[in-house]
Amino acid sequence: MDAQAMHIANGIVNGPVSAIFVVFAVAVLAVCVRRARADLDDRLAPMAGLVSAFIFAVQMLNFQVLPGVSGHLLGGTLAVILVGPWVGALCVSTVLIVQCLLFADGGLTAIGLNITNMALLGTAAGYLLVAGLLRVLPKNPGGLGVTAFAASVVSVVVASQGFVLEYALGGTTDLSLPWISGTMAGVHVLIGIGEGLIAATTVATVARVRPDLVYALRKFRKPVVLEEVAA
Amino acid sequence: MTRKLGWFLAGGLLVALLLAGVVSNFASGSPDGLDATAREGCTFGADGEITGGTCMAQRERDHQMKDSPLADYGIRGVHNEAVSTGLAGAAGVLITFGIGAGGLWLVRRRERKAA
Repeated sequence: MDAQAMHIANGIVNGPVSAIFVVFAVAVLAVCVRRARADLDDRLAPMAGLVSAFIFAVQMLNFQVLPGVSGHLLGGTLAVILVGPWVGALCVSTVLIVQCLLFADGGLTAIGLNITNMALLGTAAGYLLVAGLLRVLPKNPGGLGVTAFAASVVSVVVASQGFVLEYALGGTTDLSLPWISGTMAGVHVLIGIGEGLIAATTVATVARVRPDLVYALRKFRKPVVLEEVAA
Repeated sequence: MTRKLGWFLAGGLLVALLLAGVVSNFASGSPDGLDATAREGCTFGADGEITGGTCMAQRERDHQMKDSPLADYGIRGVHNEAVSTGLAGAAGVLITFGIGAGGLWLVRRRERKAA
């Protein structure tokens, strides 16, 4: 039997906790929409559509990380680098909502949990790492690739621990939390390395072909433009 | 939208369509990290049903959308697995692009920046 479920299914975390995270996710996404408005222009909107579609495609590509265990890209870091944190969180959420409603992947009851972990926590962690690393690393395809790799590994592990927190609050069985946390962290380090390689290849390629379309490089370019104008 | 951005978008979409439509058939069929962790501790029968033990997945319930024509990344009624997965993946790419680009187009800032 092919395992096609990739996200938290219904019934893993109880109803009340799932409902609380739906409210939380909606509230944070509302903030994201407000903040994304400032970033979104005629170019970034179609770019965000492409990033969403690309993440959907790559999430279908499960790669083996251990015997009998696979993993797939979550996409938060990739989205942060290409379209910024606010639009990025909306891109990953779009993917999760399409997967839930059309492809029956990730429980409808669990949609708040899945959005919180992958679209919000994963993207926020990826953003913090990207912002920090790009202060010191070169702003070229190589530096961007290294940034994408490192930020992806951290982002995926953080997202996996989001699930552990949710399970601690509303898990439907009595299992040892340290065991769940350790197992999830361990396997997601391996998944993060896979995601890191995909994300690094992708952003380095875009940075080579169209550096002007890479959101993370925007603020490093602006001063140059201003100087040119002043001169 | 500049013509060059149009070409970039078309190229990117083509890559996504190939990944979801073709490469997806070579993806690993093993449960992912979350699913594998959730199943650890239980024993499973031939049809994948839980036969015993304690694991996170034991109270798992069916998906509300399990009867969706695209459920589980296949097209209902298409029996060739590769064709079914590929078409479902390609449809998903186009739908996700449409909703993502369309939705964010609606919330984009309208006013032209004074240069």
